[in-house]
Amino acid sequence: MYGGGNVFETMKATALAEEDPIKLAEFEARIDRGEKIEPTDWMPQLYRKQLIRMIEQHGHSEIIGALPEGTWITRAPGFKRKLALMAKVQDEVGHAQLLYSAAETLGKPREQMIEDLISGKSKYSNIFNYPAFTWADSCFISWLVDAGAIVNQLANSKGSYGPYCRALERICAEESFHLKYGHHCVIHLATGTKTQREMMQAAVNRWWAPMMHFFGPSDKISVHSEILMRWKVKMASNDECRQQFLDMYVPKIWELGLTIPDENLKKNEATGTWEFTEPDWEEFKRVINGDGPCNKERLAVRRMAEERGRWVRQALLAPQAKYVTPLA
Amino acid sequence: MNQEAIKDLLYKMADDQLILGHRNSEWTGFGPLLEEDIAFSSMAQDKVGQSWQLYKILNELGESDPDIVAFMRNADQFHNSQFVELPNGEYDFSLIRHFLFDTAELIRFQMLSESSFEPLANLAKKIKGETKYHSMHAKIWIKQLGSATEESISRLQGSLDEAMPYAFGLFEVSKFEQELIDTGIFAGEEALKALWKNATTEVISETRLTLPDMESITPVFGGRYGSHTEHLQPLLDEMSEVFKVDPTADW
Repeated sequence: MYGGGNVFETMKATALAEEDPIKLAEFEARIDRGEKIEPTDWMPQLYRKQLIRMIEQHGHSEIIGALPEGTWITRAPGFKRKLALMAKVQDEVGHAQLLYSAAETLGKPREQMIEDLISGKSKYSNIFNYPAFTWADSCFISWLVDAGAIVNQLANSKGSYGPYCRALERICAEESFHLKYGHHCVIHLATGTKTQREMMQAAVNRWWAPMMHFFGPSDKISVHSEILMRWKVKMASNDECRQQFLDMYVPKIWELGLTIPDENLKKNEATGTWEFTEPDWEEFKRVINGDGPCNKERLAVRRMAEERGRWVRQALLAPQAKYVTPLA
Repeated sequence: MNQEAIKDLLYKMADDQLILGHRNSEWTGFGPLLEEDIAFSSMAQDKVGQSWQLYKILNELGESDPDIVAFMRNADQFHNSQFVELPNGEYDFSLIRHFLFDTAELIRFQMLSESSFEPLANLAKKIKGETKYHSMHAKIWIKQLGSATEESISRLQGSLDEAMPYAFGLFEVSKFEQELIDTGIFAGEEALKALWKNATTEVISETRLTLPDMESITPVFGGRYGSHTEHLQPLLDEMSEVFKVDPTADW
């Protein structure tokens, strides 16, 4: 999981005027040639800032995303599911570790990023502000939210910043297993007993709107991102990702006998694009700005974890602590 | 070979691994740092996996399917020590429990890798390999936090004092104890306890922590015979919440 629908700041037109024009031209030429930018290379401040923001948001999405699914680890039905879900959510926490490390190469320490998360200054994927009420909700997340994230992350893994691309390649490899796990769970529910089928359908009904929001606002209304595309920070537009997701997964959802709660959803065979009811972008804005069903709870949980763990982190920094070498 | 004696031994070990694995997994998303979140999840996966394998041996001896055994029994049918069912508390308690338990488990499975009951000996060889890393992880952290700040030392000391009577409960003897020893299936809890005391004393002596006087500890027994704290049944209710919606369904 879980990166998707990143929120970018509106950029000031003057920001680039302050950069050295020769270095800027060289930088852009390197990106045009498909070269990767590495941590010690020169880069415009704006590039650095937007990348930190994007990678950090992605990292936050991983640890916050571990909460709605993590809550089902202790309730997963049977050994196979219990073990798989533990491993899956553990991967997500590992992704956060990897992403924070990638963002640190741009100069922002992990502690500062986590501080910005719990103070509400940094965002994370909006979809985790919705609750996972049932086991089927957790299965929906494992399959389809991860699928959405893969669409986004595969595109971004072709981007220009070396450490982020390498992190994404590894993340996508792990995500592909999550997707298989999630699909396996959904197949069992959707083709199972009446109770299981109803549970799965209810989850699809609950999660469809947040899923459509996942890729971010429509290109028609989203913040201008031409320069981010040129610098290969953002590799595909929100609408492109959404279309690709619909194309890959709507048929698979229908195939299982599940319905999608949007009567206007269909593929226009003439244009090759999917048509759907315009998502409620006012709700999206409201939730991303803090007024969703779980925003307060998610941050409160994260804040509590940080506070409860503070003495451990302080003890690790203690000057009198002896460094203990690994035993093997 | 007395099957009841072997089953009793397998059940208590499988239940210990399952319940502590479940507790470890509760740290997912809440660890004091990401690296510990990940470490506790790895140990949880190993322990739940180990319990599964132990239940599979029981299944071969005629007991029910592992999912049924794990997800459908009530607290009084579980043979785990009370130590593993206690809530995680703060990280200091979880760490101390991890240290005391895994020090014992490493020795236990080293002993069992010599067992005359071959399926168990084979499995024990695999489990001791995994548990070695759990034990190493615990030692590194105990040494680090047990010698760091006043807060970390006093927290660990408090948890150590609280945990010890429960840790002694791990070595509650089975009603088949002598038979297990005589038939070479398991060298017995008393032998294990002696080795465990030495191993824990050695690690603690390298820290600023103090071990309580081992001779004056009153062990908390009962778990091996189905007597549990008020914490086990809610844990089991949570664990089986989805499974019990329809135990015959394929999830």
